[in-house]
Amino acid sequence: MNYLDSFRDKELVQGLARRIAGLTAGRDRPLVFMEVCGTHTMAIYQFGLRSLLPPEVKLISGPGCPVCVTPNGYLDRAVALSRLPDLIITTFGDMLRVPGSSSSLMEERARGADIRIVYSPLDAVQVAARNPGKRVVFLGVGFETTAPTIAGSILAAKAQGLSNYFVLASHKTMPQPMAILSADPDLSVDGYICPAHVSAVIGAGAYRFLCEKYKVPCVVTGFEPTDVMQGVEMLVRQAIAGESRVEIQYSRVVRWEGNAKAQAVLGDVFTPFDAPWRGIGVLPGSGLKIAQAYRQFDAELAIPVEVEEAKEHQGCLCGEILKGKIAPLDCPLFGTRCTPESPVGACMVSSEGTCAAAHKYGR
Amino acid sequence: MNNDIILLGHGSGGKLSHQLLDELIIPQLSGVPTAGQNDAALLNIGGVKLAFTTDSYVVDPIFFPGGNIGDLAVNGTVNDLAMMGARPLCLSVGFILEEGFSKSELSLILASMRQAADAAGVAIVTGDTKVVPRGKGDRIFINTSGIGALEHDLRIDGAAGCVGDKVIVNGCIGDHGIAVLSAREGLEIDSGIKSDSAALNGLVSELLPLAGALHVLRDPTRGGVATTLKEIAVQSGVTITLKEETLPITPGVRGVCSILGLDPLYVANEGKLLALVAPERAEEALEIMRRHPLGKDAAIIGEVTEASTGRVVMETLVGGVRGVEMLAGEQLPRIC
Repeated sequence: MNYLDSFRDKELVQGLARRIAGLTAGRDRPLVFMEVCGTHTMAIYQFGLRSLLPPEVKLISGPGCPVCVTPNGYLDRAVALSRLPDLIITTFGDMLRVPGSSSSLMEERARGADIRIVYSPLDAVQVAARNPGKRVVFLGVGFETTAPTIAGSILAAKAQGLSNYFVLASHKTMPQPMAILSADPDLSVDGYICPAHVSAVIGAGAYRFLCEKYKVPCVVTGFEPTDVMQGVEMLVRQAIAGESRVEIQYSRVVRWEGNAKAQAVLGDVFTPFDAPWRGIGVLPGSGLKIAQAYRQFDAELAIPVEVEEAKEHQGCLCGEILKGKIAPLDCPLFGTRCTPESPVGACMVSSEGTCAAAHKYGR
Repeated sequence: MNNDIILLGHGSGGKLSHQLLDELIIPQLSGVPTAGQNDAALLNIGGVKLAFTTDSYVVDPIFFPGGNIGDLAVNGTVNDLAMMGARPLCLSVGFILEEGFSKSELSLILASMRQAADAAGVAIVTGDTKVVPRGKGDRIFINTSGIGALEHDLRIDGAAGCVGDKVIVNGCIGDHGIAVLSAREGLEIDSGIKSDSAALNGLVSELLPLAGALHVLRDPTRGGVATTLKEIAVQSGVTITLKEETLPITPGVRGVCSILGLDPLYVANEGKLLALVAPERAEEALEIMRRHPLGKDAAIIGEVTEASTGRVVMETLVGGVRGVEMLAGEQLPRIC
């Protein structure tokens, strides 16, 4: 069996599409489901899944692209750090093009800053070990999927006795923004396609309070086309029956209780804080910062630097897009002033951003 | 944002590269409208028709599975000539070497250049070598220019695509880009994938008897198949519809792309060509390719479906439909 192909089976996907169409035929109001995670957004665009769904089912994208929800102030600090002498910025590639208030890391690299793309935070620790005369800062951005590996890098640096490895942490955690969206009177979501790999860490049980408090169905769904279509079908069935439960479609990976080891590492190295989300605002307890016991690795505390005052870009509607209130094409900047090669807002930058996906695949 | 500085993305072969050409380089150097952007210039000198092209090679790392910067520098320029339907004749070579570079590595590179030139049947007839101080270059950069003879009256042109044309590729896509990426420091993927670096002039000469049915030839290098097809769609003013299930991609390339969050449609090739062929002779073209050693995995991957302002769409594996755009900036690995 080819593991990749079997989850991309055309007959299965189209069969699911027919079942969804059958279940929803003749509805006067479409069912609106939000995929919270950026990887779902990409998969839905990449496989053209919207074109397979009936008009009675509408998918909207939510705030689950970690790059997109990172506020300008964070980028501005990263840019300021990159200008310091004897300092190496290490980062996942997506952060390079994100515009800050007046510059981006890609521009700083072109001007001579030492900015290196790594594929794992442990590679950044190696960079630190090989460059004892320099300070190495890793840009710790991401949800609960990425955060444990970054926590692991801090533990590795500690074990190796490195004093020149730092993390600029801006981790976000998942269920909280979904509660904000559920409580938003302007937004009517009939169900959530819950993140796949985030849920593998935090466990599907983390969404129960949403179902109970906001009466909204939640289905933890995998990233392959058959996963997404089956997840949508499960949401449709719940919505029609007036139910609101957490269900796990992605049962080959996700458990109700999640990954205890990853949770323990997160709990050790990080501590929850009230994190700012681009376009959404500060959400109580929605982020992870470096815990007191590991403060020597916290770039924000350990490397003082003057950071410019954060400016939001005029006319940028990323915030509305991240909340699912408008679609990319509704933004007047989309495709004109804001393009993947010259992005104004973060949604256009990350490969998982809603606008980038719409620009690349949507037309 | 500061628009005055050159970014790496300007060299990616995608949209930023096009912008740099259209807004800065072409207006200042030639003033010729941009529509005629093909792989080589066509010259008519005293009744003799020639194709002329140049390309610089800065690949990192310089040695990678399946090749090195030397054979790449020969094959790439030979292929640019071949894509015009020209018979490559001779090349020039310019080396920019960094102080401290190893002579034995240079020797390996020269040997593979010689081997590639012999295989392609071209002579390297002139050259130049410069050395820059340590730190002012990255070991070795190579420029090659090439001249080819145009021995027919066919119009093989990126603007010559017609409704109904079939889109044919001569084999599996993405091998070169993934081979180079796997060899880069820090990735440590032992994928076993080798670059497809090869001269395509032999294969093209087999296709030329298709005559007027052969409309477009392009090698999908930087920016990959997606970017090249988008260029053709724009130049020809047509919509090209791809069928994802027909794209020949090895499981290895698909696997690495899947891990790194890359799309094989945007990954570079160095021994592949895309041909747009009139439908009545498409099967014949496919047969010609499949008989050739560089075309045994050839496949029809789509067709020109309508006259338009230049769109590429794809019927996905699962039967959905989506658009295909040019590569914007660099293809970056995903974050989570």
